[in-house]
Parts: sequence; C-alpha cells; structure tokens
Amino acid sequence: IITRTHRRKWQIFPGRNRFYCNGRVMMARQTGVFYLTLVLIMVTSGLFFAFDCPFLASNLTPAIPVIGGVLFVFVLGMLFRASFSDPGVLPRATPDEAADLERQIDGANGPSGPGYRPPPRIREVVINGQTVKLKYCFTCKIFRPPRASHCSLCDNCVERFDHHCPWVGNCVGKRNYRFFYLFVLSLSFLTVFIFAFVITHVILRSNRTGFLSALKDSPVVVCFFSVWSIMGLSGFHTYLISSNQTTNEDIKGSWSTKRAKDNYNPYSYGNILTNCCAALCGILDNLFISSSSLPFLLFSSFSSISLLPPPSLSFLLHLSPSSSLPSISLPFLLFSPSSSLPCLLSSSSSLPPGAAGSLVVRICRSATEQGS
Amino acid sequence: MAETHNMQDLHHQAAVASKVYVQRDYNSGTICRFQTKFPSELESRVDRQQFEETMQTLNNLYAEAEKIGGKSYLEGCLACMTAYTIFLCMETHYEKVLKKIARFIKEQNEKIYAPLGLLLTDPIERGLRVVEITIFEDRSIGSGR
Repeated sequence: IITRTHRRKWQIFPGRNRFYCNGRVMMARQTGVFYLTLVLIMVTSGLFFAFDCPFLASNLTPAIPVIGGVLFVFVLGMLFRASFSDPGVLPRATPDEAADLERQIDGANGPSGPGYRPPPRIREVVINGQTVKLKYCFTCKIFRPPRASHCSLCDNCVERFDHHCPWVGNCVGKRNYRFFYLFVLSLSFLTVFIFAFVITHVILRSNRTGFLSALKDSPVVVCFFSVWSIMGLSGFHTYLISSNQTTNEDIKGSWSTKRAKDNYNPYSYGNILTNCCAALCGILDNLFISSSSLPFLLFSSFSSISLLPPPSLSFLLHLSPSSSLPSISLPFLLFSPSSSLPCLLSSSSSLPPGAAGSLVVRICRSATEQGS
Repeated sequence: MAETHNMQDLHHQAAVASKVYVQRDYNSGTICRFQTKFPSELESRVDRQQFEETMQTLNNLYAEAEKIGGKSYLEGCLACMTAYTIFLCMETHYEKVLKKIARFIKEQNEKIYAPLGLLLTDPIERGLRVVEITIFEDRSIGSGR
C-alpha cells in the first residue's frame, strides 16, 4: 500500500509569498503598505459617509450615498481580488526538467559554427516579425516566456509581469492585471466623487452659515493630490492597455522607436478595442495550481469585503514617473517602507529624492486647527 | 476512478527510464502552443503521426480556450458588472476548456500511450510551460488494467 502525505502546493511553494486561508489567499511578503491602503480608503470613505452624506442625502438626493456605497464596495472588491490572487506565477522547473534544460544548454555550447549564435542562456524567437530574446532564469531554472519577468521581491517569475505593487501587496501580472486596473479606475471615480461632493457640501453649507463655519461643521477630507495621482495612474494604465504593453515594457522602452527605427510592439493587435478586450476580457483562470491533484484555490471567491481604506494616492506613486504621468510630489514616500521602494523601482527612473510632500489626507475638524 | 488508480500504479510499479520535454512554441506570440516537432527519444516508442496528431489537437484546444471573440467579451462585461462574483456560480470559458483538455489527455494516455509505456502529463501541472512525457522501462507490463 502506497501512502502519500498530501501536502498542498502552497505549503511547499518555493517563492517568497505568504499564504492565508488555507492557500486561498496569496500575497507578497511585505503587506504593511497594503494595510495602509486599506486604512486610507476606509477612513476617507467612512468620514464621507458619516459626515457629508446625511447632509447631502437630505438636501440633494439620497442617490448620492447609494452610488458612493456601490463604488466603495466595488473598489474594495477589486482591491481584494488584486491583492489576494495569484498574479500569474510560473512554477519552477522540476529537477528533471531543469536537468534536461541544462543538457540542452551544454549541448549548445559546442564548437562555434559559422554565423551568429546567441549565448546559450538566451533563446531568440521571432514573434510577429520582431525578434524577442527569452532569458534563462537562474532561480526558477526555466527560460522565461515572452513578457514574463522575475520579481525579486516575491522571488517568482510572473507571466506578463507588469510591476510589483506594494500598495496592493502583490505583484501585478497576467492573472490579476484586470482587477488592478479596475481597482485603480474605480478608485479614481470614488475619489473624484467624494471630492466633488465634499466641496458641494461645504459650498452649500457656507451659503447658509458662512464658509468658516461650514468647514467647522464638516470634516473636510482633502484628497486633492490623490485625485490627480490616481487619475493619472488610471490614465496611464488605460494607455498601456490600449497599446497592449506592460508597465515593465513601457519603462524599459522595449518597443519604443528610440531603440530601433523599426521597433514595434509585436503583441499589439493593431486596434485599441481588440487590445482592451484582450487585456480585460481574456483568459481568467485559477492559477497553475488549479490542477486536479492538489487543489490550490487562489482567491476564486470573495472573502469578506472588509475595509480597506483607500490608499488613494499611494497607488499612483508606486509607479515610477513615465512620460504620461503628471509629475506630482510623492507624499507616499512618507508612508512606504524603504525596503519596498528600491525593489519596486529598480527598473525605473528615480523618484524625486526630496519629495517630502504633504500629507495625503488632511482631515480638519475645524478651520481654526488648520491655522487658516 | 479505477483507471486513474491503475495509471498511478503503473507509475509506481514501472521504472522511469527517462523524461522528454516538449517545450512551448512562442513563434506565434504568447498564446499557448507546444512544438509539434517529434522528439527523437520517442522514435522507437510511438508512431510519429500519432504523436503529432495528439500535439496538434492539444494546440487546437488551447487556441480554443484563449480565443477572444464576442463571447469572451460578453463574459468579461458581465463579470465586471457583477464585480466578478458571477464566477462563484459559473466557470469561465477558459476553465471549461482546461477541463476538456484534462479529459483529452487522460483519454489519450489510456488508449494510446499507456500501452506503449508512456505517460503524458497535463501541461497545466507544469504551469503550461512544457508537455512532460515520461518513458517507462520496456517491460511487458500489459495494458495497465
């Protein structure tokens, strides 16, 4: 009788991820900033619902808190989905597979023949007329598929690697990109919504009782920087989706014509709609560990929709400035742990070093406290 | 599943002579496609035509899974509108085809490859990177039932 101890794949997972809820939740090692994100979103929204909504519902329309509520729930849902699911981690090679590849690589190291031969640990492939180099990953012992990249923070190769997001506490890759994008998009709607109605509230109140008094009666959540930051980020990702690029490729300028005159993106379908459809409505599966032998659910269902305060601004910030992003002071620098910064931005241009920035969310109970 | 149990027994009783890996073919982009080139180690074991047919069917199934069309667009929109909670009740098209692929591989193993002392591993178990073919030592194992 053969007895096998069934160990779940997540229990023997070699990467640096953390698993919760019996393998259903998968996150990066450092999750501190994720909790900050949650706190920010919840505090901002909570204050809005507590202080501004009663006035707005009674004076304008009750649809305002309802819409706000729906947006809030959607934002949280997408955040959880992006944070807790597998980004598209490529499983490492089994020892036999690694040995087989090594043999092939050593075989290719024979006497140099005529003509150009790429170094043995690089394979060249022609995709849609463009030559793409596939590199060998020493940690995972595989040749990385096109568009995959190794995340040093999580110590995994991730398919269609976009970037590692500390605010979301996970890598953003093939399987959770659409959730990340929807999260940023809905968060920009939420922040604009909250901002607009808070201003409306203050204005309406000041019509009756004077400006300073109005500010005193309603705590004003100033998320001005965040609104711009998040909107900028969602705009940037909309551009990326429509041109079928990843953040990684855009930052490195992989398909930029500055590299070579006839450089183009071989993965683009040519038209914006198809690109969007491919990115947002393409494959959605439950990760490589959805094999029959060891069930390894990666967040296929929503767990509690808890609070996650909107780390509104932060999101934007983790993205290193590319040409399309407005250059904004990065207040998030105040919050983000120093360790996450260098890794995240390892391939990107450096952030303005002296970006002390102002506090992201300023809650002023009364105008006098602000010293205005 | 009696057959699966027997396949696993086969795996344990027979000694593994070697493993052959059929790598991905990235010439058409990032879509899932495996090379249809016949590995030389299988020369003596299986008919070339048969193997290439298996690989071609497998590639076609993966192409079907990844197809982007009106149906996938509708599915995506519906999912987005329900905040992806709809997938608590239904499977994505991709997952349905993955199950179909799993059944196909199992059937191919039982009918064709196991009698020849070979075992195809579902690529999903290797993260869709390779098709692993295990070659068992050539003993008279029988049909594996």
